[in-house]
Amino acid sequence: MVALLVRLKLRLLVNGLKRSPWVAIGFAVGALYGTGVLLGVLATLGYVSTQLFELREMVAVFAGTGLVLAWWVVPLVAFGLDATIDPARFATFPIPRGRLLVGLAVAGLIGIPGLLTVVGAFGSTILWRDDPRAVAAGLVGAALAVVTCVIGSRALTAALAPLVVRRNVREVGVALALVPLVVIAPVMARLVPAGFDLREAELGPAVRAVGWSPLGAAWALPADVAMERWGQAGGRLAVALATIVALALWWRRGLGRVLVEPVRETTKKRDRGLGLFGRLPATPLGAVVARCLTYWARDPRYAMAVVLVPVVPVVFALVDPGGSLVLLAAPLAGFLMGWGISADVAYDGTAFWMHVTSPLRGSADRWGRAIAAGALGTVVVVVLSVASALVAHRPEAIPALVGCSLGALGTSLGVASVVSALVVYPVRQPGDSPFSLRQGATMPAFLTQIGGWALVGSLMSPTIVLAALALAGGRDWAGWAAFAAGPVLGAGVLATGARLGGRLLERTQPELLRRLLAMT
Amino acid sequence: MGGPPYAGGVPDVPALSLRGLWRRFGQKIAVAGVDLDVPAGSFYGLVGPNGAGKTTTLLMSTGLLRPDAGLVQVHGVDVWADPLRAKSILGVLPDGVRLFDRLTGAQLITYSALLHGIDRETAAARTKDLLQAVDLVADADTLVIDYSAGMAKKVALACAMVHAPRLLVLDEPFEAVDPISAANIRDILTVYVAGGGTVIISSHVMDLVQRMCDHVAVLGSGRILAAGTLEEVRAGQSLEDRFVELVGGRRGGEGLAWLHSSSG
Repeated sequence: MVALLVRLKLRLLVNGLKRSPWVAIGFAVGALYGTGVLLGVLATLGYVSTQLFELREMVAVFAGTGLVLAWWVVPLVAFGLDATIDPARFATFPIPRGRLLVGLAVAGLIGIPGLLTVVGAFGSTILWRDDPRAVAAGLVGAALAVVTCVIGSRALTAALAPLVVRRNVREVGVALALVPLVVIAPVMARLVPAGFDLREAELGPAVRAVGWSPLGAAWALPADVAMERWGQAGGRLAVALATIVALALWWRRGLGRVLVEPVRETTKKRDRGLGLFGRLPATPLGAVVARCLTYWARDPRYAMAVVLVPVVPVVFALVDPGGSLVLLAAPLAGFLMGWGISADVAYDGTAFWMHVTSPLRGSADRWGRAIAAGALGTVVVVVLSVASALVAHRPEAIPALVGCSLGALGTSLGVASVVSALVVYPVRQPGDSPFSLRQGATMPAFLTQIGGWALVGSLMSPTIVLAALALAGGRDWAGWAAFAAGPVLGAGVLATGARLGGRLLERTQPELLRRLLAMT
Repeated sequence: MGGPPYAGGVPDVPALSLRGLWRRFGQKIAVAGVDLDVPAGSFYGLVGPNGAGKTTTLLMSTGLLRPDAGLVQVHGVDVWADPLRAKSILGVLPDGVRLFDRLTGAQLITYSALLHGIDRETAAARTKDLLQAVDLVADADTLVIDYSAGMAKKVALACAMVHAPRLLVLDEPFEAVDPISAANIRDILTVYVAGGGTVIISSHVMDLVQRMCDHVAVLGSGRILAAGTLEEVRAGQSLEDRFVELVGGRRGGEGLAWLHSSSG
């Protein structure tokens, strides 16, 4: 079973690489990057190995714990669950659960992150190179830690899967999961006092505590052996083994549930009457606006963008309390909300056929999407401009901020209207787990994004210069000039973009649909 | 639905005319030179084995997939040269696509109507009629994402008909639809054809095609193997037998001896 699943995983990997040269390039870039990081880590560890015992112990325990934590948490929030081998797909095969478990765990290590983790974990024993007994203990600890990484990540995803798939739980959950992640770095930066010195800091208790935790026990093992703290070493070995057993049992239970009750998304949401369709003008354009606005409210992929908007200024305010960094929040939000529609057609997915089969003018499609995002975006940026200026005690900056933010919104809407008529790239499909990221031809998508951003930046440059002049100091005229120039230039770019994008769309929509069909 | 969609005399122009239609995907030629005339007012069945090119042909006929070569005309309007005019007289139900499923059933049908430029009152009245016709009144306010496969098919069919098209192109319209709804849909389509409309359906259920359609075309490996009235194509046999004869590939019941439970 193990060999079979490993072969399956390898076969899937190879087939994925063969499908598109871009995937292969992405894989190569990822592998190169990962190798670079690994070499850097090993070099650092080699350097640390010449240092004091306390430092070596601390590095081993903290870095190792961080690695385990990353394995557990990152798949949930950032890169998406690796669904290449989804346990639910094995539901119909009569495979003993224990063997499936082991097979899935080993297969989970196939791939760049798994390989890097294994090499890094075993390589970390370089820290103890002056004591063969500690190296041996380190190898055992590394093996235990790798198993903890994989089984823990699988157990968590299996346990959370039924929760995650319920849409309302998910929408809230994603936002809640993201907020601490976004906020944690600046908070840490605040908490660590300036002039922090490692030698003076009293980290002993923290190292000890983490070393006894399920995450760090395996990593603390070699240090104990090196110091001949045999009792403590035995205790830590017990903690590490118990962690693995507990995780395995938990995963086994979760796996059992996934196999027997395949999770299926359900909502019992209803909506009386026609909603916005009954209120906005009964024209094709009005219908597109109504549909888009409904989606901004109801589709978690859009809703998340709105949920995240207030997080940005909070982060800025935390990083630079009382400073002016927070003033960037409104223009940034304007840009992000405007640029959001560059993925609009991709978010429609194959449902886009309805636009293709109807006698809908391309410009109505473009304007409809832009008006929906623009209406929300205008409210957001005006509120953010005023609020951030007040927080920073710079009320005189309000005109410049409003102008610049509205300019950013309009300009990015216009550029995105053209871009999304030309390129679609794989995105999460409606109903997919929010924790999953579609892999695929990411390179063209990446290049288009960069190109689009550069275009937005250059089209906005007059407004940016004026706003910068106003913010840099006391030039009221520049602020009011930005207040006028931003919206005017933004509206101009939007009008041009919607017209050009509309004309392009009428030509490209069958190709867009074909690519969307190919992605499903 | 508000009256027959297409009353009056049926002109000589075919409802759908395909000439030299080609399409390849990479190495595979999906459609290899299809010529087909679908007479106005006919109930046309397009049958063929899996992978014969039915869906590709229908996608190209409805402006959803650009042909590599060939001409598509809907009531004399070139779909690929004058798409807006063609699409306003065309109703489409594609297979294997998503819907805007965060809308309710009623909202989705209204959306389709408004996209076709229908005014609010007409859209509201037709949405109500269509929901009734496809047995979705009770689920009108439920999000389409919570619909079963059959319900989604039905609401998509309603979307395809809301603008009273002259030609309806339906890819596998009865898949996953329960027998009662299927019978209701059949009645709707029959009335629509009697009123002068034209329907093309694709299917691999021969029995269904034989009962519903007056014309049929058999597609195999991207080519038309036979086309005409049902009687012409059948040539005295059942459609299923004739189909197997045209397409080939039937095996006897031999082999798989191990499948008999007694041998295990």
